[in-house]
Amino acid sequence: MAAESSLRDRFEHGLAAPICLTWELTYACNLACTHCLSSSGRRDPRELSTVEAKALIDEIAAMQIFYINIGGGEPMIRRDFFDLIEYAVGQRVGVKFSTNGTRIDKKAAQRLASLDYLDVQVSIDGADALTSDRIRGVGSYDAARRAMDNLAQANFGPFKISIVMTRHSVEQLDEFEALADSYGAQLRLTRLRPSGRGVDVWQELHPTREQNRRLYEWLVERPNVLTGDSFFHLSALGSPLEGLNLCGAGRVVCLIDPVGDVYACPFVIHDEFLAGNVRTAGFGAVWTESELFRSLREPGNPGACASCGSFDACRGGCMAAKFFTGLEMSDPDPECVFGHGERALEAKNVLIRPVSSSDHSKRVPVTLSLR
Amino acid sequence: MSLTTNTTFDASAHWELSAQVSLRDEEFGALAYHHVNRRLVFLKSRDLVNLVRRLGEFENAREALDALIGVHEHDRYLVALSSLAQSELLHGG
Repeated sequence: MAAESSLRDRFEHGLAAPICLTWELTYACNLACTHCLSSSGRRDPRELSTVEAKALIDEIAAMQIFYINIGGGEPMIRRDFFDLIEYAVGQRVGVKFSTNGTRIDKKAAQRLASLDYLDVQVSIDGADALTSDRIRGVGSYDAARRAMDNLAQANFGPFKISIVMTRHSVEQLDEFEALADSYGAQLRLTRLRPSGRGVDVWQELHPTREQNRRLYEWLVERPNVLTGDSFFHLSALGSPLEGLNLCGAGRVVCLIDPVGDVYACPFVIHDEFLAGNVRTAGFGAVWTESELFRSLREPGNPGACASCGSFDACRGGCMAAKFFTGLEMSDPDPECVFGHGERALEAKNVLIRPVSSSDHSKRVPVTLSLR
Repeated sequence: MSLTTNTTFDASAHWELSAQVSLRDEEFGALAYHHVNRRLVFLKSRDLVNLVRRLGEFENAREALDALIGVHEHDRYLVALSSLAQSELLHGG
């Protein structure tokens, strides 16, 4: 494994371009999930125009970023959604996009199925309407299942079902697997982070230490379940999970938000992790020259984790999870498998946590509209 | 050599980089991405990147190795080529 770890060291110094570039197309959303990472709801009037978005795709293609992860908000709400994704795949920039599925009717499913280099991730947060709708809103589970039915009928192929692991959904792993199998779909599990509106629900919804241990064992037995490298903090429990097992923020990962702001990763929409804006200098200049990204590519300080024998496995965990729970970068991950994070949180007894500077939440309660 | 007996890579055949693969140069070598099967592979040396890029110019893989890679390294590079062929990043055989 020496070769692998030396490669990981190279990744920590950053790459010529990201491997995993997330681009949130819009802050507009017809749902109001309680754990939304980007505090989405209302469209931002400064959103990139179609012309600007296409110029950005040109630059992404020129930088040889092989694929982009598109999200939001609900990306399909943008009127130029198909125009943009067709433009991207036309230049061999693959597209993986996350959707709540409400806009995938039969016609949209056929159009998606006709595109090469395209992956679709439909989000649910429970294996039944009761569990999922508690987070995503009444009617959202049925809407997502209709989208899956439509994709299957259109012969889209193996789409992905994406689930955030909460204290409730983590108890339904086998049901999720059965659901994915029933569609010939691929399962994708990601970590609940205290980012965006997630900060309000993280305390009561993040999996317990015992649940995280079971999740880890379940994942180790299923290397084909996708995780977006989300659970590398759990690798301290034993053999590493699939993936790079490092915090890729600003090194191999970054986020472009709907107004062109570039952040270190999708989970840190906060001024402290803002590297620049694509409107000013273009994305490439931000990626290579931003002071923030340069500092993230410096060797990290293991801090409180230096004396832990598992630091090499988990690398201190997730920067965003620490930041939004009020911990320092040199502290352990709040969900450290050995409980060091819980103890650090107790010891700090944080009264004020950072709050995202960009909040597009709707100001009135949302009722699901399928139009 | 034991390193190559468990593979089916035929070094006497013509091989070339698949048209579905993009290479992106990086300090450590390159990233290779197969646009159809979505495999992302790290090529961990510049010599390997050069070999893979130029493989198609030669009659067969053995000639490419002779021309581009020091003889004591051939076994290591055969293993790498074999793995790339299995991931369908190389076309031919």
